[in-house]
Amino acid sequence: MIAEKTATTQILLDSLSRSSAKVPFINNEILARALAYLENKGIPGKSHEEYKYCNMEAILRREFSNCKQKSIQQAETSAFRSPLYLTIVLLNGRYAPDLSDAIPSDVVDVKAFSALGPNELAHLAYIARVEQDAFIALNTAFTGDGAYIKVKSKKTPAKPIRVLNLLGHEGDYILNSRYVLHLEEGALAELVEEQRFTGTGKVFSNLLSERLLERNTKLRAVHLQIGFPDSYTVNSTQALLAPQSEYTCCTFSSGAQLIRNNHNVVLGGKESAAHLYGLFYGKNNQLIDNHTLMDHQVPDCQSNELYKGIGDDKSTAVFNGKIYVRKDAQKTNAYQSSKNILLSDEAGINAKPQLEIYANDVKCSHGTSTGRIDETALFYLRSRGISEQSARKLLLQAFAQEVIDSIESEAIRNLVGEQFMEHLHVV
Amino acid sequence: MTMITIKNLHASVDGKQILKGINLDVKAGEIHAIMGPNGSGKSTLSSVLAGKNEYEVTEGEVLFNGKNLLDMEAEDRAREGLFLAFQYPVEIPGVSNINFLKTAINEIRAYKGLEAMPAKDFLALLKEKQKLVELDAHLANRSVNEGFSGGEKKRNEIFQMAMLEPKLAILDETDSGLDIDALKIVARGVNALRNKENAFLVITHYQRLLDYIVPDFVHILYNGRIVKSGGKELALELEAKGYDEIKKQFEKEQAL
Repeated sequence: MIAEKTATTQILLDSLSRSSAKVPFINNEILARALAYLENKGIPGKSHEEYKYCNMEAILRREFSNCKQKSIQQAETSAFRSPLYLTIVLLNGRYAPDLSDAIPSDVVDVKAFSALGPNELAHLAYIARVEQDAFIALNTAFTGDGAYIKVKSKKTPAKPIRVLNLLGHEGDYILNSRYVLHLEEGALAELVEEQRFTGTGKVFSNLLSERLLERNTKLRAVHLQIGFPDSYTVNSTQALLAPQSEYTCCTFSSGAQLIRNNHNVVLGGKESAAHLYGLFYGKNNQLIDNHTLMDHQVPDCQSNELYKGIGDDKSTAVFNGKIYVRKDAQKTNAYQSSKNILLSDEAGINAKPQLEIYANDVKCSHGTSTGRIDETALFYLRSRGISEQSARKLLLQAFAQEVIDSIESEAIRNLVGEQFMEHLHVV
Repeated sequence: MTMITIKNLHASVDGKQILKGINLDVKAGEIHAIMGPNGSGKSTLSSVLAGKNEYEVTEGEVLFNGKNLLDMEAEDRAREGLFLAFQYPVEIPGVSNINFLKTAINEIRAYKGLEAMPAKDFLALLKEKQKLVELDAHLANRSVNEGFSGGEKKRNEIFQMAMLEPKLAILDETDSGLDIDALKIVARGVNALRNKENAFLVITHYQRLLDYIVPDFVHILYNGRIVKSGGKELALELEAKGYDEIKKQFEKEQAL
């Protein structure tokens, strides 16, 4: 087992070492720690508690042992343009200003990692620490020349910022992409994170974003992970919240072979608040694994989570929500809820709330439920002339709507609702 | 013209026999009331006719406009013109009343080979029928029955009936839990919708509703059978004497 794990990791490291450029923008000491972590711990397999249902070691060994690592440097982006957003493109992990929309420089500042000054570089690999997780370490060791996006103090971009991680490649491909979103004091922004895979063959995308919310900022994010049946993705999101900042993120997942989300929020400043929402739909033999961590480090913060899942066919899904209330984090309010519907006897959804509370004056609660479509409601709809199929669709739509409605922007809400429902084939 | 013919209908739930041979003919333009004490099989009859899966028909047949009703799926029964106003309408959070009705109307139209109703016509119909049952516009915009009071739920059933214009409407204890004002509104709705082409089967516990929806025939259901039929005066007689006499009569017959 140990030998195998090391072997998979070694193959991966060798393959990435050959194909990736050196990463001068990551501090040498951190780089050494990242590699040391990978060599010691390896890629997690099913004996790893956090990867019990998501055996990454086996998946990488089975699917990605023979990667060509051949990327295509040209991309046709006209199809991805949208008047709705201010799009920032990462092409095969590199910030591509020529493919991105024109940036209003008085509001937003975007730089490639290689162009950063020492102050900004200090934030890179600081919010996401390499010892937290193998995929953070892997990304840190092999990250491309990604984008550092800064929303300037007290500014609000007119449109939501969309980070589009575009992967073009020939044959099977592994890529580590990364970006930082930094909201300076008093800034307000919306973010849409999306990936598109235009290559041939399978893709393993290890995407990492670090989000820094300074004092009195507000960030509303949406992760769109819909489509792309040949893709395997690990999305690590690490947010650090300063006093009076507010962070909301809604994650929509469906259609990929594997989607693993590691979403960690550090409530590090007093009176900060975080809201995480998720909606996922698994079919065939897909695996969707949502791991969240709300780390309450200081007093007077609030966190709230709602994840809803629909499991069809032989799919597997996971919601693992950890709430950590540290000794100093008095007057914490933390709520978590996960609700699931199973459409098939062979589908499985594993929901696990984990509360670790070390402070004594807190309010925390969690709840989880997994069931089938409500038969009484189904009959009620059918008794009005609605076919069973349409009735099921209406009920699933209603189930999903609660999460979709948590998107504040109407345009994005409608778009996501349409995309998700289109994907939801009901038999 | 006979709209529905129920012949020797037997049905059970979880192996327990509830309906033990119901015979009933309802013609277009008629209102029939079915009365009976608790547990006599009133709600089972309406559920069996609407096509609820838990009930097993063990004997008998039902012809609806000449077609075999019991062979049809619940949605096809509705498309053929059967409507059940539920005793306990279901709350469906997240499905708006309007979306629900639009879907229902258009699926019924598609079944009949008609095109979807234009949005403008649908909205006009919605307005007209809302007024008929005095349903607040904000209720129509809300999720189906979610957070509705008991009276609002029943009114919503009548509103749906008005929108779908069924041939045969079964009102399953629509009067239960209604105050007198709500009862009058419901009855006004039914009377306004009543015509020579459609029929109603009013299932009720009490005579009170029949003061407002006047039936052509009254049937008394007891122990899974219709034990007595008559005109509207039968309901009054029942109100005065209660079900005791019926029960005694039944026990006497059983003893023989």
